[in-house]
Amino acid sequence: MSAGAGPQASLGSPAAPAGGALLEINNLEVIYDEVILVLRGLSLAVPEGQLVALLGSNGAGKSTTLKAITGLLRTEHGEVTEGTIHHAGDEITQADTSDIVRRGLSLVMEGRHVFEHLTVRENLICGGYTSPGTVEERLATVEEYFPRLSERRAQQAGYLSGGEQQMLAIGRALMAGPSLLMLDEPSLGLAPLLVAEIFQIIQRLNRDLGTTVLLIEQNAKRALSIADHAYIMENGRIVLEGEAAELADNPDVKEFYLGMGESGRRSYRDVKHYKRRKRWL
Amino acid sequence: MQTFIQLTVSGLANGAILALAAVGFAIIFKATGVINFAQGAFMAVGAYMVYTAIADFGWAWPLAIAFAALIAILLGMGTERFILRPMVGESAISVIMVTIGLAFFLEASLQFQFGTRPLRMAPFIPEGTVLILDVPLPLNRLIAIGLAALVLGAVGAFFRYSRNGIAMRAVADDQQAALTMGISVRRIFAMAWGIAAVTAMLAGVLVANIQGVSGNVALFGLLVFPVVILGGLDSIGGTIVGGLIVGLLIQYTAGYLGGGLQQVVPYILLVFILMVRPYGLFGEVRIERV
Ligand SMILES: Nc1ncnc2c1ncn2[C@@H]1O[C@H](COP(=O)(O)OP(=O)(O)OP(=O)(O)O)[C@@H](O)[C@H]1O
Ligand SMILES: [Mg+2]
Repeated sequence: MSAGAGPQASLGSPAAPAGGALLEINNLEVIYDEVILVLRGLSLAVPEGQLVALLGSNGAGKSTTLKAITGLLRTEHGEVTEGTIHHAGDEITQADTSDIVRRGLSLVMEGRHVFEHLTVRENLICGGYTSPGTVEERLATVEEYFPRLSERRAQQAGYLSGGEQQMLAIGRALMAGPSLLMLDEPSLGLAPLLVAEIFQIIQRLNRDLGTTVLLIEQNAKRALSIADHAYIMENGRIVLEGEAAELADNPDVKEFYLGMGESGRRSYRDVKHYKRRKRWL
Repeated sequence: MQTFIQLTVSGLANGAILALAAVGFAIIFKATGVINFAQGAFMAVGAYMVYTAIADFGWAWPLAIAFAALIAILLGMGTERFILRPMVGESAISVIMVTIGLAFFLEASLQFQFGTRPLRMAPFIPEGTVLILDVPLPLNRLIAIGLAALVLGAVGAFFRYSRNGIAMRAVADDQQAALTMGISVRRIFAMAWGIAAVTAMLAGVLVANIQGVSGNVALFGLLVFPVVILGGLDSIGGTIVGGLIVGLLIQYTAGYLGGGLQQVVPYILLVFILMVRPYGLFGEVRIERV
């Protein structure tokens, strides 16, 4: 499961854009059904080896961003109409999902999406579809990270508990040996104890395996606690970014995302326009 | 007792062939959601291709089967690529109409080319009878059962153990998630149609070996519908059980009741099943967890 050779080999090639991050999104605009404008010039970068969090309220366009990166938009009548996505210096804006997976980009979709009628083991085998030669070796690594999956190997995935399904979804993505793992709300609907366990595992994947992680979360506090860097998005664009630790201390973030402000929880949308300008631009 | 055993063997032979014809239908429906009314026509094409290769080209039958398999793969994958892929997003009824149209087109083309008179090809499965427990049984039927079982076993193993077979079931479960595994849904669809056409071809050849080569091969293929309705449209195991039940039912009706009743009995069963158990005996029920 070493993140060795392969996809990263082309890192730092002359074609790499200025920043040279593993993943770079520039001015991305996404439209659904030819009229619904969802991303309005979103830019972000994920440097190799880092754990980057992408936060934002419901409907901000976080999942859409991940669908754009992985080429899934076309399955939902969505389209990138402006801007670029680069991976390791190569443009992948209009690439096929299967090519993107082969490059080492794996997505764990919001809502788990395990193959219900397949066994746990078969789900994992599907995860290794693009690299059949290493399935056995990776199965061992995944089962070491998720001992519960090895206990339930032969069980139909549809009958796993929500937490086990989330572990399976993450384990399945790891089977492709990704250099960049994208997780869409992995803590959704899980009990606090399980949330802690999942976050610990994500952190280990980043630190021990060297997997670069792009993490989307509603649970901003926890996400900031394990992330290196974070972006906050509203209405289809990034409104704030910075070191995760700094953001966790930012008064506005505290107020609107961590629920610690005097005025309690409110949407970021409610902040007066001038205040946003002053603080963040 | 002797009649019973003979009817049973004939019924099992027909049933095994039916299962073989129906398994492709189930594979296409499960993986791509398309109801393929051209499955019987695929069988007829297979039978005529083998006939052509043996009678006209003078080839040995293994070569003839390989030739027919190649044509079947081209036909199946071509149907997916040029007829069904452009129809993605159209209503289910339009898709059904298109496969019905394809069936008529294929059957008419065969008639145009080969005429309507039944053709006899030298049977490649040895004829004759064998005595089992003192009952004389037709050898060709026993061999047909064995061959069908072999092919069905291979199909089952493909879905259970092979990487592409598992991926095909994954696509059936959740296409978007399958895409995120790097599985090419298009390739899987093409594969499903290819496998379905080849199994249909083999079923067609087995029918032709017993009944001769004619439009009746496609007619036999109509029985696929009671089979899959009985077994569950998307269940591979179900098509085997469904095929055997329908095959036996036809033979027992013909043997004990007669009077042509065997022609309608499968369809009476079809209507009955639709009334009491619309997803068939083994159809997949969605998993509901709370
Ligand atoms: N397939 C689609 N067709 C049309 N509109 C869509 C589609 N998918 C998402 N949208 C719209 O795009 C906007 C952003 O959706 P998205 O799923 O990206 O938000 P999100 O930030 O992931 O939200 P959440 O936190 O609720 O998951 C929403 O207003 C949503 O209604
Ligand atoms: Mg989302």
